[in-house]
Amino acid sequence: MSKRDGVLVALAGQQNAGKSTLFNVLTGARQHVANYPGVTVDKKHGQYGDEVGTVYTVDLPGTYSLTSFSLEERVAREFLLGDRPDITVNVVDASNLHRSLHLTLQILEMELPSVLALNMMDVAEGRGIQIDQAQLAQRLQVPVVATVGRKGQGRDPLRQTIRAESARQAATPTPPPAPVDYGALEPVIAQVQQRLAPFKAIADLPQRWLALELLEGDTQAVSMLVERLGEVAARPLREEIGALIDAFEQQHGIEISDYVVGCRDRAIERLLEGVVSGAEGGRTTLTERVDRIVLNRWLAPAFLLLTVFAIYQVSIVWGYELTNVTWPFLAKGRELIAGVLPSADFLVDPYLRSLGLWLVDSANTLLNYVPIFLILFACIAIVEDSGYMARIAFILDKVLHRFGLHGQSTLPLILGGVFAGGCAVPGVMATKGIPDTRARMATIFTVPFMNCLAKVPLYTLLLGIFFVEHKSLMMFYISTMTIIFALLVAKLLTKTVLSGQETSPFVMELPHYHLPTVNGVARRSLERTWQYIKKVGTVVLAVAVVVFVLLHLPGLPAERKAHFAQEAEAAIERFEQALAENPYRDLATGDNLVPLVNYYTDYKRAKLTATGAAGSQRVTERFQARNAAFYPLVKRGGDRDARQAARALRKLAHERRALRKQMHEERIRHSVLGTIGRGMEPVTQFAGFDWKINIALLSSFAARESSVATLGVLFQPDEDESASLEERMGDATREGGATALLAVSMILFFALYPPCLATTMMVKVQTGSYKWMLFSIVFPTILGLGVASAVYSIGQAVGATGIEAMSAVYWGAFVLLLIIGLLSDRKASRLLRQRFSEG
Amino acid sequence: MPKMPARGGARTLNDIRPGGRVRIRRHHSEGAVRQRLLDLGLMPNVVVTVVRSAPLNDPIELKLDASSITLRRREAITIEVTSEEPES
Repeated sequence: MSKRDGVLVALAGQQNAGKSTLFNVLTGARQHVANYPGVTVDKKHGQYGDEVGTVYTVDLPGTYSLTSFSLEERVAREFLLGDRPDITVNVVDASNLHRSLHLTLQILEMELPSVLALNMMDVAEGRGIQIDQAQLAQRLQVPVVATVGRKGQGRDPLRQTIRAESARQAATPTPPPAPVDYGALEPVIAQVQQRLAPFKAIADLPQRWLALELLEGDTQAVSMLVERLGEVAARPLREEIGALIDAFEQQHGIEISDYVVGCRDRAIERLLEGVVSGAEGGRTTLTERVDRIVLNRWLAPAFLLLTVFAIYQVSIVWGYELTNVTWPFLAKGRELIAGVLPSADFLVDPYLRSLGLWLVDSANTLLNYVPIFLILFACIAIVEDSGYMARIAFILDKVLHRFGLHGQSTLPLILGGVFAGGCAVPGVMATKGIPDTRARMATIFTVPFMNCLAKVPLYTLLLGIFFVEHKSLMMFYISTMTIIFALLVAKLLTKTVLSGQETSPFVMELPHYHLPTVNGVARRSLERTWQYIKKVGTVVLAVAVVVFVLLHLPGLPAERKAHFAQEAEAAIERFEQALAENPYRDLATGDNLVPLVNYYTDYKRAKLTATGAAGSQRVTERFQARNAAFYPLVKRGGDRDARQAARALRKLAHERRALRKQMHEERIRHSVLGTIGRGMEPVTQFAGFDWKINIALLSSFAARESSVATLGVLFQPDEDESASLEERMGDATREGGATALLAVSMILFFALYPPCLATTMMVKVQTGSYKWMLFSIVFPTILGLGVASAVYSIGQAVGATGIEAMSAVYWGAFVLLLIIGLLSDRKASRLLRQRFSEG
Repeated sequence: MPKMPARGGARTLNDIRPGGRVRIRRHHSEGAVRQRLLDLGLMPNVVVTVVRSAPLNDPIELKLDASSITLRRREAITIEVTSEEPES
């Protein structure tokens, strides 16, 4: 009878019944999250072993019932029908048994061998609810187990019951008896069942269930009938059933689906009579008392702000400080790898070295954020698990809904980085929970407008160069304009490309407050961070390779190469001549020359980054150990000959750096990416972008953080080592006539710029379509370039300063936001009045 | 369509102030919305209490049995209610 090894168990239950927690308890760490084929609903698998064998466990999406109205319900139902799990564990909220049993009855009507897990027994007991489990099991004809998922209680009894019940079912299959008596509908059900009986193609489906679904007019059941029997055979059946429906509804004056729900509700009342006691209890629960304060009309916004601020402070501000601790480890890792890679040549580095370091740098910038994400995700998990997240949705729904978003868009927007710091990848990932398709899509496309952590360095850089006096005002603009733009764009998209998408109502349950468990929070935080590393890491590394290649190909023309080689020869010759009379000559020339120059530059860099006297001392010791013979030539002081050699060496190193820089610039200018960047100038000139900025913006598509890195490379340090990127870029761009207006143009473009590649991959995953992924790239590009060009061109025409232009854009957008918000409010109340009068 | 008052003062959940207890009479919504409302226990003849409205007046929170349900006013207006005494 066993068609597969081991036992297949499905966990089904309503939302907030603690199903996922119980799934974790049951399966431990061995689980795997995927999507159901073709749709974006999570499919969680796990497995565990008991004394008999392996038990494969699937966590179905949480659903209130098993109709075909929502995607989650269709997915759950299809799995139960198609895969016929050996045991369905129905997880119910013991403190809300009446409502939970509606789903139970539907599962039993599908004739699925089941086990009822009475979860959250502690909450029920806390409310003085007593449940006669034996009596309930007797009446339902299903084994009942009490569990407290959050505390890991009831795992072993549940596992044992699953095993025992599956063994019993394997020996003598006994599907659960029909749990509901539908009274006047029973003869009709029997009639339909009789008509369905002769068809072999539907013989595998539970017949009574199918008859009932068809009578309820369930669209999926009807299409299944047509699919299995063929259009021709199904038509007379459908007509007959249609006639039966009409006759019943006319006779009883009620729609069959309403009648069915009513019958189930009465059946549940009878089931629970004498089984549950103490459920009445008029006393107010802790949740109600907390909500009186937390959801108070005047206090609620304050609590909300406080929460968001706390998350920001703990994860972004403190997390950033934590990265100061973790960064040295990453830097050390880079040093280690740099030591293993082939060492630098005088003029050209071996490809293996430059590519290797390029990859390490790309990986490090991402890994640098890991501490921040661990904390951020833990904070979010606490807010979610405690039950406050649903309340945030409740508070903010009106504002968000007015612009086409949803109360539950809050979490994705926070993750994306509402004011400063976040990441669009987990943000887009978190849109999964939004039940309204249109609002979900709008959220997916607006999350990338948030200030992700990687946008911040560029903002800081530009503010440091151009807005020294107005830094705080600009920071305020930048950190609040994200939400203004996001709301405006959401409204725009909702009214245009998304207008055809399905919407659904905001009907949601506010869960009771729970104290989050350390285990649950840690698990969620690790899970999400790992997803970030995996998804982002692979994409970013792959793209880093591509960008590297595009920056290096086709390389310098031969005559330029020869020219640089000649220059290098000359520099080396000068060095050798300078040392002609010097006793250090043999040590410093010949095969030793390149290692010595590398030694010198490494030493200088190490000294520059070393902090304090102790750090400086450690560097000294390290380099003495590395090569004691070279050391006298790099340190300050020493005998006359050594000083002379050191001077010559310094000169040589400077000449080398200048040559390398020149080569580097020429190579980039000639590279594929450089050509593209220059090719874009005719379009981007209206926004004020030259080819260097174009390249930076192009490479930031790979990962935002690389924009600053690329700018750093393009404005590479020359003689004066201590000049920061701010100073270098400031000088270079001011020479090129750059103004604060250009900086504003860049900031605006960067704020509206398409999501990085990793995010667009996530958009593909969440929308399930390459078309929408492409849209998520093209639309912001056009929008960003349009806005930046308009601001730059108009700003130049009227001679506006940077801060003036930024203020104009900000307040213009703000006023637009207010107008649209007020207009749609009037429209909404008009609609409401209209509906009201229609009744 | 006649105005509401002409229909014998039938009220909807949208009219109930916080603290009000009412009995659900019938739903005027259809399809997925109706199913959702029923799933959450808002069935005809069930007594619910309007707990509060959100700081910006919409959505509203209801209490029935042990659970708290929130819905927007545009859905609330489709739920016809009567005073809490059951209809005989």
